[in-house]
Amino acid sequence: MSILIDRDTRVVVQGITGRDGGFHTRQMLDYGTRIVAGVTPGKGGSQVHGVPVFDTVDEAVRKTGATASVIYVPPLLAADAICEAAAAGATFIVAITEGIPVQDVLRTLPFVRERGARLLGPNCPGLIVPAQSKIGILPGSIVTPGPIGLVSRSGTLTYEVCAQLTGAGIGQSTCVGIGGDPLIGSRFIDVLRLFEADPATEAVVMIGEIGGSDEEEAAAFVRSSMHKPVVSFIAGRTAPPGRRMGHAGAIVSGASGTAADKVAALEAAGVRVAATPSGVVGELRAVWH
Amino acid sequence: MDIHEYQARDLLRSFGLPVPEHVVASTPDEAEAAARRFARPVVVKAQVHAGGRGKAGGVKLAKDAAAARQVAATILDLHIKGLPVRKVLVAPATDIRQEIYVGITLDRRSERAVLMVSAEGGIDIEEVAARAPEKIIREPLDPVRGLAPYQARRVALGLFGGSPIGLRVASVCTQLATAFTRLDATLVEINPLVITPDDQVLALDAKINLDDNGLDRHADLAALRDLDAEDPRERRAREKSLSYIQLEGDVACVVNGAGLAMATMDLVQHYGGRPANFLDIGGSSNPDKVTTALDIIQADPNVRSILFNIFGGITRCDDVARGILTAIEKSPPRLPIVVRLVGTNDVEARRMLEGTPLATAVGMDEVVQKAIAAARGGAA
Repeated sequence: MSILIDRDTRVVVQGITGRDGGFHTRQMLDYGTRIVAGVTPGKGGSQVHGVPVFDTVDEAVRKTGATASVIYVPPLLAADAICEAAAAGATFIVAITEGIPVQDVLRTLPFVRERGARLLGPNCPGLIVPAQSKIGILPGSIVTPGPIGLVSRSGTLTYEVCAQLTGAGIGQSTCVGIGGDPLIGSRFIDVLRLFEADPATEAVVMIGEIGGSDEEEAAAFVRSSMHKPVVSFIAGRTAPPGRRMGHAGAIVSGASGTAADKVAALEAAGVRVAATPSGVVGELRAVWH
Repeated sequence: MDIHEYQARDLLRSFGLPVPEHVVASTPDEAEAAARRFARPVVVKAQVHAGGRGKAGGVKLAKDAAAARQVAATILDLHIKGLPVRKVLVAPATDIRQEIYVGITLDRRSERAVLMVSAEGGIDIEEVAARAPEKIIREPLDPVRGLAPYQARRVALGLFGGSPIGLRVASVCTQLATAFTRLDATLVEINPLVITPDDQVLALDAKINLDDNGLDRHADLAALRDLDAEDPRERRAREKSLSYIQLEGDVACVVNGAGLAMATMDLVQHYGGRPANFLDIGGSSNPDKVTTALDIIQADPNVRSILFNIFGGITRCDDVARGILTAIEKSPPRLPIVVRLVGTNDVEARRMLEGTPLATAVGMDEVVQKAIAAARGGAA
């Protein structure tokens, strides 16, 4: 079991003929993901790594039965690509693209939600179900099957923590990168809710960072609605206020969004917060075995 | 991207907002000439990318042209929050009966842009939000239709009744919402919007933050970037698609990925060191980026050691190693360097670095501890 996807999920790649789209299609196929279609307008009829390419997502979905879409489309075209996937009936859309104007995302979120689709990202590394399937860019080599759910706003920091868990012999049920933008389709609470309901997940690791209030919102959810233990790490304790730390959403505005506030909110909800990435394994062992 | 007040005033005026005219001056002479032209008392305001200009002495009234000259000379000598003042704005002074706050920004939690209006303007709105949140009226914009005129009237007439003033404030709100959307802004703010004794409504200040991700479709707005206001090292990094922020410590960090970069800085502090910078070389495998990163870092006189923390995914460790080798061939490093490369192609990368003066580490804690020791003068 897993959340969001499994080995049978049929995936269409939007932007499959691009450099990143093509490279990661190969990686996903090698991992075992069922990539059934690609889409690039104007390149319908061709193939990439043996995957048929269509001109529209609508056609790809009708002809291949794809239910999930992953987007490697340039930033100014990506919001439209997300809407195209939702309009074509994809129920799960993963937007890898970094740099989409935030007002595009603002207009896209209600469109996607009204059609009953779930969006992961944008500006996210995607997700991986160890030994079954992956959508996005997370490297398959760092994960191993097991009972820990992992959810994170970051990319490489997720790899770091994943590798720590794997190195300690602790496997993962699903690893999910929700993305570093100010507006994202799935927040911590959305993924926590899925992990809470997933029989294969026994405990959750949540990797947060400065900016916004999603970690505080997650803390309230853990306190009110979660029975499984949650441990956390929050990046950005040393970030100067008012500066955007790489991720568009990683900024301490005024007095809000600080690491200290997030740590305090999580600890008040009974979440153990590791002081360092390598401390996550120890905190996890303290609440789960 | 931040823009200056004078640029924001020009933009808002182009959307029909009631912004009084102004002149930008770079010298006391120009400020004097501007005041003479207005032929009335003026306000002289520092143009820097920093809040709290008033408290820092960067906003002054001048009763005539001679006074404007003096005041401008003083302000042009100031540094506000470390930033030199290179320009001042000169505008006619206005009699004020009431100061209002009007702003639009993104509310992440509700996933909406939100109009905020407060009858308590002229002061820091975050202060009002903390002290008396009920004094800020909020109205969400529809993601597709924006702010409907009836919404603006509901807010403005609620505060000012069905008076001409109420209708003028409502029209300011709808014009501001149009500007927010058309400019791909993340913040538009007028603080204060004032009501004069003769019932005029005027925007005496303007603040706009533009979405960096929107600039590719707004060449005119991208051209507003003030290169002088940017730290030269941060500018050079930006031009090479590196994300760099200078801090005050002595342990420089080169990392791939923003989250890992923040966590690395935090870990330097955790082990008693002081990070010199935030630096994300991004997800690409470009040796050129690594050499630029090393150049930028070595130009910071505070730096005493450099650490690389690379977790290869898309980034290939051998490419990073190649970048490091190219950079140290070109100019041998004068500072100790500690390298941690794990993930994609790490075995090959480590082999490439054998026989070089670079120290290596396996874990993240180890690379940070070694770099701190090196900064203190120990062996790397």
